[in-house]
Amino acid sequence: MCRAQEEEDERYSEAVRRRPELGLEQKCMKCKERSAVLIIRIGDAFCKDCFKEYFVHKFRAMLGKKRLIYPGEKVLLALSGGPASSSMFQQVQEGLSRDAPKKLRFVPGLVHIDEGAVRRQSLKEREKMVAEMESVLKMSGFPYQIIALEEVGRYRAVIQVFNLPSSVVQWVSKDIPDMADDYKAAVDGFLGHHTGVENAESGSRTCVQTKLAELSIEEPEPAASTGTFCLPSAQSTQALKQLFDSVRSLTAKEELLHTLRSHLLVHTARAQGYSKLMLGDSCTRLAVKFLTNISLGRGAFLAMDTGFSDRRYGDVVLVRPMREYSLKEISFYNQMFLVPTVFSPALNSKPSEKGSIHQLTETFINKLQSDFPSTVSTVYRTSEKLNVASSVEGPESVSAARCLFCLCPLDTRVEKASAFHATLISEHLSQRKSLDLPEAAVKKCCAESEERRCCKKPAARGSTTSRADERLNLLDLLCYGCRVTTKDLTTLDHLPHYVRSEADHRTHRTAMKKEIQEFLLHENADLEYVLKT
Amino acid sequence: MAASVSLQLEFSGGAELLFGGVKKHHVTLPFQSDACDIRHLLVWIKQNLLQERPELFIQGDSVRPGILVLINDADWELMGELTYKLQDEDSITFISTLHGG
Repeated sequence: MCRAQEEEDERYSEAVRRRPELGLEQKCMKCKERSAVLIIRIGDAFCKDCFKEYFVHKFRAMLGKKRLIYPGEKVLLALSGGPASSSMFQQVQEGLSRDAPKKLRFVPGLVHIDEGAVRRQSLKEREKMVAEMESVLKMSGFPYQIIALEEVGRYRAVIQVFNLPSSVVQWVSKDIPDMADDYKAAVDGFLGHHTGVENAESGSRTCVQTKLAELSIEEPEPAASTGTFCLPSAQSTQALKQLFDSVRSLTAKEELLHTLRSHLLVHTARAQGYSKLMLGDSCTRLAVKFLTNISLGRGAFLAMDTGFSDRRYGDVVLVRPMREYSLKEISFYNQMFLVPTVFSPALNSKPSEKGSIHQLTETFINKLQSDFPSTVSTVYRTSEKLNVASSVEGPESVSAARCLFCLCPLDTRVEKASAFHATLISEHLSQRKSLDLPEAAVKKCCAESEERRCCKKPAARGSTTSRADERLNLLDLLCYGCRVTTKDLTTLDHLPHYVRSEADHRTHRTAMKKEIQEFLLHENADLEYVLKT
Repeated sequence: MAASVSLQLEFSGGAELLFGGVKKHHVTLPFQSDACDIRHLLVWIKQNLLQERPELFIQGDSVRPGILVLINDADWELMGELTYKLQDEDSITFISTLHGG
């Protein structure tokens, strides 16, 4: 620790000493021969060749060190066309084309999600962007897919994002193949392969590899998983636009887009038997995300939201291999080695700096970074020290309640004397409601759901009371951060169908559980008692 | 009396949105080459090329934090940043690393 500090100090003072003689004459700190073209950190100047070597090595070292991706495994790369994901894609290509010992050995596939509808692009603009993206993807020779946010998997059946099977928001366990049952129905085309993978994974690792190897031979891959893009129907575009119009703040829009995008990516990965999903989050972006998520009330999930691997979806693991690169490194690499990128405007292009919490944090970090060049790395290193508690990843978490939106274990099931309940109480007080109201409301909605279950039909929506109930029910299924986002939705009517049906399903199940609770032997103590007597 | 400076300017990563969506600009500055550094260039860009929202590109007398500047494909931090003296036929690249440009 002390030594690292000393080294840091030394490096810094060296940098300060060197500063006056800055200029093109400065030599690369690595080869000390060629002149430098880029400063990565204070005092670390690299020439073009050494920079390339450093960049490529870092990618392979990252994957090698973490030992997460097994040879022959199917890995889906999520590409937005932006600098970080394009650069990640280029690194994978580079890694796969290498000579034997250092070669990456997984089987990649590509997916791009077209979010034009949310970004208010015209059909023509969207077509143009998709064509650009497609030309980039086509060159790779990997199987690829371009999906509109509204629509999924055209070549199998048209399932829209509004029509995703509700298993997307369920946690699918790796070890219990049965749980994938309803999911199988939705993707019958891949049924055989999928069970194969699931069963294999409960077995030994070598088994996985052979199975996967078989899979990749069996499948006529490029033909099967390369879907050409077709523009979604005007109706579904309209539905998506309505959903985003019903959101009051830009912050909530960003969060909602992120949620839907993740669902769609995970669904695509599952449907085609990918077990890893690579995201191109850079270190700069993660530092911004880290602070943003704290402000959004998602502090409990920081390790999952910004870590190298994220197991919240169970069978599909998210991986962030670009998390040690700063955007500066990435942009320079792309510029120097002509990595093609496709620029797409974000939700908040050309906004004011205070448009959303995301925007504000980004400006804040960048401003600090320009005065204190180690800002990003400091924030990033802090995030690196956080770990997901073992209880979250352990076997007992299978039954734990998870947020309907982000699938993180609920942080709202806490005791009465907690910050969460304090917030709730002060919220009710500030709305000038009496304190016992929440309980009354809960009772009422239980009664309501009982009725619903009796006739096996969802209660008629439309009356204001049932809407309020639906909102209450939904909120109950969300983590704190997602609750805050949902509060900015003016109406729940436009939420995708799979979210609403799963919400109904869960509410009914809870109500039923409550009803039969007294007949259940759920406490270990009870069980022991019964066994003894 | 030195000749005027002609430059190749490039905007990418979303920065081009502020310049009418045009990425590459070939410009000739009306300054004398011996008295023209990047600081002058930024002022000139603000007055002549920038089409909207100048605060999204320039803040203070430098570029907005998060926008990278490359002089002849090298980091401007190696060249003295704002004090770099422009040469004829230099190429200057601005890359926005900000989310959505």
